[in-house]
Amino acid sequence: MLKSIKLRALLALIVCLAGLFFLIPSLTSDLPDVWKKYLPADKIRLGLDLQGGMHLVLEVRADKAVETTTERIANDMRETLMDKKIRFRNIERTTANLIVLELPDSASRTAFEKLLKDNYPELDIVSSQITEGRESLSLKIKDKRAADIKKMAVEQSLETIRNRVDQFGITEPEIITQGDDRIIVQLPGVKDAARAKNLIGKTALLEFKLVDEENSVDGALRGIVPDGAMIAYGTTIERDTGRRVRVPYLLKSKTLLAGGSLENAQVKISDRFGEPYVALKFNAQGAKDFDRITAENVKKRLAIVLDGVVHSAPVIQERISGGDAQITGSFAMEEAKDLAIVLRAGALPAPVNILEERTVGPSLGQDSIDQGIRSVFLGGLLVALFMMIYYKLSGMVANIAFILNLIIILGTLAAFKATLTLPGIAALVLIIGMAVDANVLIYERVREELRLGKTPRAAIDAGYAKAFVTILDSNLTTLIAALFLFGFGTGPIKGFAVTLSIGIIISMFTAIFVTRIIFDFFIWKRKIQSISI
Amino acid sequence: MEFIKPGINFDFVGKMKLAFGISIAAMVISIASVIWHGGLNYGIDFAGGTLVQLKFQKATSTEQIRNAFKPIGLQSVVIQPYGDNEVVVRIGDVAAGGKDISSMIDESLKAALGAGAYEVRRVEMVGPKVGKDLTQKAMLAIVFSWIGMLIYIAWRFEFRYAVGGILALVHDTVITIGAMSLLNKEFDLTIVAALLTIIGYSINDTIVVFDRIRENARKNIKQPLGQVINDSINQTLSRTILMSFTVFLVLLALFFFGGAVIHDFSFALLVGVVVGTYSSIFVASPIVLVWEKLRSSKSKGKK
Repeated sequence: MLKSIKLRALLALIVCLAGLFFLIPSLTSDLPDVWKKYLPADKIRLGLDLQGGMHLVLEVRADKAVETTTERIANDMRETLMDKKIRFRNIERTTANLIVLELPDSASRTAFEKLLKDNYPELDIVSSQITEGRESLSLKIKDKRAADIKKMAVEQSLETIRNRVDQFGITEPEIITQGDDRIIVQLPGVKDAARAKNLIGKTALLEFKLVDEENSVDGALRGIVPDGAMIAYGTTIERDTGRRVRVPYLLKSKTLLAGGSLENAQVKISDRFGEPYVALKFNAQGAKDFDRITAENVKKRLAIVLDGVVHSAPVIQERISGGDAQITGSFAMEEAKDLAIVLRAGALPAPVNILEERTVGPSLGQDSIDQGIRSVFLGGLLVALFMMIYYKLSGMVANIAFILNLIIILGTLAAFKATLTLPGIAALVLIIGMAVDANVLIYERVREELRLGKTPRAAIDAGYAKAFVTILDSNLTTLIAALFLFGFGTGPIKGFAVTLSIGIIISMFTAIFVTRIIFDFFIWKRKIQSISI
Repeated sequence: MEFIKPGINFDFVGKMKLAFGISIAAMVISIASVIWHGGLNYGIDFAGGTLVQLKFQKATSTEQIRNAFKPIGLQSVVIQPYGDNEVVVRIGDVAAGGKDISSMIDESLKAALGAGAYEVRRVEMVGPKVGKDLTQKAMLAIVFSWIGMLIYIAWRFEFRYAVGGILALVHDTVITIGAMSLLNKEFDLTIVAALLTIIGYSINDTIVVFDRIRENARKNIKQPLGQVINDSINQTLSRTILMSFTVFLVLLALFFFGGAVIHDFSFALLVGVVVGTYSSIFVASPIVLVWEKLRSSKSKGKK
């Protein structure tokens, strides 16, 4: 008997110490260095709702990446056809993502067939129609290739966003894909939510386009946009009123140079006005292109377009060699910094939408922690008092079990790096109420057995034995519910399910196993005649 | 100390008809309330939209806040007081003119009141697509958890017990939802979590009674089922009440001290615990009896 008690007590002790071992780093941060060396470094991980931070679900509009690719192929094809002097008419991309064109005679048809085979293997012919010797063709990117483009777009977006977040300086961000086209971004402790969102969600497609100076903007605004031109807007600040005004520009559609040619982007402060601007450095090819573009277009205006918005459209004064350029504009320092970050990290291959955002400020998180701890203590105190009054000494035994229960649950959370959320704290409070249930079941059973006139020892044996199946059955059902909750939930709710599940399992251990040791010990040692229950 | 005297023998099974009447009435009222309110009062988790919780340095009237939003043309905002100098701003949209609402709210307040005058404590934005996903997942989670319980009880006990257990669960879920609807409380993700917890809790309570029925039925094979059920409910009554009492105690602590964020969550759990306890005593086990009677009369009919 004694041996069995000792063994079981040892086991319980080991489990408790293990719980404490993992829990201590979370309780206090000023431990002696000697302790720190042996104790685990990890504290209990707090969910974003407790430590403050931002949770974003982004949707990558991967179909847009296919559109851009189709557009690029159409433009490329137009130039190739012109280079090779193959006759064609009206090549364009339709809204249904098809490239349509007309080939006027059989010579051009043969030449085009060869070109298609050699240069554009990723295209499929959707339909071709010959009327009066003229062929109308529509082409499309192969389905498999389109799927690849979409997949790549999501992967690249993830990479780019990770780069941006890293440069923004957030510790321990979590950026993962979810499903086919979603990206989850978790930024603990982020302070300026709007700024972070802007940084992550910006496509940051930088383009250099010439301003169309042969045609008037006003004419285009009235609806007559010339071929190969487009309208884009920028903002300027009115001198007199200081208001921001939208200014329309008529630009040539062709992109001369894009953000992909950049090597670096940095914030600098201008000498004259002390205003921040973004200094661009092109890579070798980009520098060569920029040199050629500026040489060919001296005295013309070159627009710097970011995500379709004209930032500035300075006049090219002279040929610029060396690959340096700058984006000026009325930036706030932070804006300029963020712009430099997104330009360095590169453009997103497709625009992203924010589907879901949950941000908790640090002060609210701390309040939640305080309130959570207060309710855990208060709930615990109420239940402990009640058990003591209702079951006297046996109630105390149950209370010891439930204090151990709390320690082991928290230790387990720390050991498994599970996340504690606000609903998780609620689960902890709930567990306090439910953990004593096992003891209530046992004690009620023991009381019944005592009433039947059994000895304390026999009553305890019978009470534990009979209550055990009931406790197992009832707790397993709660566990099943918790599992469904885990499968369904997002962030905080998952935390609730995890804490509840861990709590149920551990409370069974402490409420049945640990209390039994104490009872057995007293019965063995004292040979007691009655139980305080 | 004892709340329930050991020899108690209340005729629960005899009050079955009255209990069913009360339960059915409560369920009808619940469903009627949901219909009368034109469906559940979905929070932004399910309906989609934006919620911004703001804390001001000094008392700021909703009128002042509303005025701050005027320049950005936010019309249909709901501004609710939320504790000391705190408000929650809700709106059904997530973005306007390519800009997300929460940033617009932040910027307009900054312009009207100055940057230091307030603090953004919480932002929740759920797009319509995600809202739809979540609604579907929530429904599935509840229904599947019912089915999960059905299978578990049918496996551990017998099918007739499973029927009683599940009907009791449906009963608890409907009435808790009804209580939320009657008080026009918001129905969001945490409420679904509360419902699932109630499902787990209520079945836990029910199983303790079932367990006793099983045990007693084995002991006295000749006793009529009605008698066995009534005895079992009486024998476990003390535990049922105690368990509900302790859980109720901790939930009260959570309700009053857990903070506004989980206020409704604790409220739903409080309702659920009361209803769940009632259903374990008055609904689940009596249904086992009714099912048994129906089945035996049917099999007699066949002969």
